Amino acid sequence: MGMKSALVCAAAIAALAGAPALHAKTFRWSSASDIPTLDIHSQNNALGNGVHAAIYDSLVYYNSQTFKPEPQLATSWREITPTQVRFTLRPGVKFSDGSPLTADDVVFSITRAMSKSSNYQVYTQGIDRVVKVSDDTVDFLMKGPNPVLLNQLTELRIMSKAWAEKNRSVDPKDIRTKDETFAHRNALGTGQFTVKEWQPDQRLVLVKNPNYWGRTDSNVTEIVYTPIKSEATRVAALLSGEVDFILDPSPQDLARLRSSQALKVIDGVENRTIFFGMDQSRDELPGSSVKGKNPLKDLRVRKALYQSIDSDSLHRVTMRGLSQPTGTIVAPQVAGWTEAVHKRLPYDPDGAKKLLAEAGYPQGFEVDFACPNNRYINDEEICQAVTAMWSRIGVRAKLRTLPLVTYFPMIQRYEASIYMLGWGVPTFDSLYSLQSLTRTVGQGGDGNYNVGRYSNQRMDYVVDRIKVETDLPVRNRLLTEGLQLSNDTVSHIPLHNQIIPWAMKKTIDATHRADNRLDWRLIKVN
Amino acid sequence: MFAFILRRLLQAVVVMVAVAFIAFLLFQYVGDPVVFLLGQDAKPEDIRQLRSDLGLDQPFFVQFWHFLVNAVQGEFGLSLRQGAKVSRLIAERFPATLELAFVAAFLALAIGIPMGVYAALRRGTVMSQVFMTLSLLGVSLPTFLIGILLILVFAVHLGWFPSFGRGETVQLGWWTTGLLKAKGWHHITLPAITLAIFQLTLIMRLVRAEMLEVLRTDYVKFARARGLSDRAIHFGHALKNTLVPVMTITGLQLGGLIAFAIITETVFQWPGMGLLFIQAVTFADIPVMAAYLCLIALIFVVINLVVDLLYFAVDPRLRVGGGRGH
Repeated sequence: MGMKSALVCAAAIAALAGAPALHAKTFRWSSASDIPTLDIHSQNNALGNGVHAAIYDSLVYYNSQTFKPEPQLATSWREITPTQVRFTLRPGVKFSDGSPLTADDVVFSITRAMSKSSNYQVYTQGIDRVVKVSDDTVDFLMKGPNPVLLNQLTELRIMSKAWAEKNRSVDPKDIRTKDETFAHRNALGTGQFTVKEWQPDQRLVLVKNPNYWGRTDSNVTEIVYTPIKSEATRVAALLSGEVDFILDPSPQDLARLRSSQALKVIDGVENRTIFFGMDQSRDELPGSSVKGKNPLKDLRVRKALYQSIDSDSLHRVTMRGLSQPTGTIVAPQVAGWTEAVHKRLPYDPDGAKKLLAEAGYPQGFEVDFACPNNRYINDEEICQAVTAMWSRIGVRAKLRTLPLVTYFPMIQRYEASIYMLGWGVPTFDSLYSLQSLTRTVGQGGDGNYNVGRYSNQRMDYVVDRIKVETDLPVRNRLLTEGLQLSNDTVSHIPLHNQIIPWAMKKTIDATHRADNRLDWRLIKVN
Repeated sequence: MFAFILRRLLQAVVVMVAVAFIAFLLFQYVGDPVVFLLGQDAKPEDIRQLRSDLGLDQPFFVQFWHFLVNAVQGEFGLSLRQGAKVSRLIAERFPATLELAFVAAFLALAIGIPMGVYAALRRGTVMSQVFMTLSLLGVSLPTFLIGILLILVFAVHLGWFPSFGRGETVQLGWWTTGLLKAKGWHHITLPAITLAIFQLTLIMRLVRAEMLEVLRTDYVKFARARGLSDRAIHFGHALKNTLVPVMTITGLQLGGLIAFAIITETVFQWPGMGLLFIQAVTFADIPVMAAYLCLIALIFVVINLVVDLLYFAVDPRLRVGGGRGH
């Protein structure tokens, strides 16, 4: 008997000891480019932010299903005054080197994100300062009421103050200086993973953080990221089994990937909307056949351009089904969106012709039309198709397509008459879009991508009210009103929300997210 | 001799400055890295501020002068995309490119020369016809297509070789090498073949043509008359003389291999300088692009210089003429 129980005991111990080894799972994934830096307050880059979230935690983080901010390093928060919010920190959280997380680290990190060399100031707008109340409590003091504070905090990750000071990384890596900082290539956070190795453009290896505070559904113990620039090679790497997951399979390979026995493709709507903007400011458009006036200032002309676009055929033919046609400038996950604003004006080329004639252009006109050719899914093809659609109502668009490095500076110099833009909403709140795209160009982010210089008094009033309105139902009504106003005045011509496919082995469980990033808590390798 | 070298060096400097100038001129039109750096939400005033901090708003010649002064000291500043020193980036990538180029050159020589010799000696046989047809294919197929085809067959279908990357590397001082491990050879095979194919066909055709030429010369006829064996004539006399121009071309092509590995490196995600360059172009990363172009120009200038000097050493006629000939 003694012998038997000893054996059972030994077996149990062996099983326990062997358990971690049995469950060691590596998740290999790839996409086109590398992260720019490991410094979490340096460059605001979508891919980088997604990877940083594996290594660093923020006070709150989006739930991947509902896209509501939920507790992460903060367990609770409450408003003391409309401009002062108090956060209670999670007890017992440790950085991956074993040192405890304190209020000092939070104050330090948020202040670091607000510094001059940080590109995360878009997420600190409205925050005046952060102060420590006690070891596990901090207060955020705002310049005014700030209804999107929690959304902003999802992108403000927390690093160790002591570590940053010891390694001379107190300031975010500044691209203006000659030297790199320690935090650019190294990391110390409280997240699920720690950095084992990063060779830019080659390999980023993350391993499980032994001191991680939380429990997750994920069984991944190692993440290997390899950027592969060539689309064909990226897909080949998945087909040959060298990687488990690719974030950005090329549209032409999807049919093949879907039909493969070992692979699966999951699609989801990205919270990025593709639309056209129009110059509504100049009195005469350069390169247009119309002299002495700007036809795009006329609502009837903008409506005609809108209603002559056959969004069904764009969806079916050009996008091969990978789009969700929309009538507004934000995607369904974004606060302020409603079924009503989503509805497009009907496709009506005859009506469009009539509108043009009413506006005084029965023969149509010539207009400059600019598009990027390597930024959005099938961007150039969309513009070519639309050029053909417009020609049917007599609008002769002179299409020029440019690579994004020259395209964006060009439209920011207001040189395009009609231009394409895609707008994602990291805060999941329409203010982000309305303020940048439809508010009259001004200070502090107002109209910073209102490249057509649309200007509407009512819109400015609505946007400025939303900025400070903290009564949620009222605020939501205002958001919807802003979107509706943008639709009614055709501030932009909305096309569609992008649908993003992810391709992976059948053995991978992943939850598609509207911000096109992986949720590391939910990844499973079976 | 001394005057010759000096003149050559002077020419080299002129070429380098000209290349630097053209490179820099091009970048004025490539685009603006600032929007990338600041992201889509940047305020116009921040963009203006960063442009002036980076010196991008200064007149062209001022920027060019700063660039030249720094470049002479080997200082190309910080990569705008990666935030790392350009000199460090290039030093990290150089071994990968060099190893790839050398393995490809070796393959091209080791296969190209025998094929060329065979095609010349056995002119008209089926085998040499096949070689000639294949070589036409090799010259005309674009590199990326060859690369993708190799990946499709050997990585996806057969699963013999990996489709991307360099595998593990070993650190030898400042040099990293993948050639000391089986896995490294595993990774280098497909890209090296891809890169070698064009050179291989070129060398094969060159060897064949030269060999045919040499076989017609008088000394080969005399050798035959003396009753030497075919073997001795072909490999002792003819091949030796054939290889002189082949060596010259190979030397120059090595520069080409290093410089134009861009496509191969992109297809195979080979972490060399070509990949670094192409990604710099996508991001308008001016310091990296400028440094890369200057480095490639330098490689070509040095190789040409060495080839010139070798001629000088090999061909006594040049020395007699005081180095003026040639």
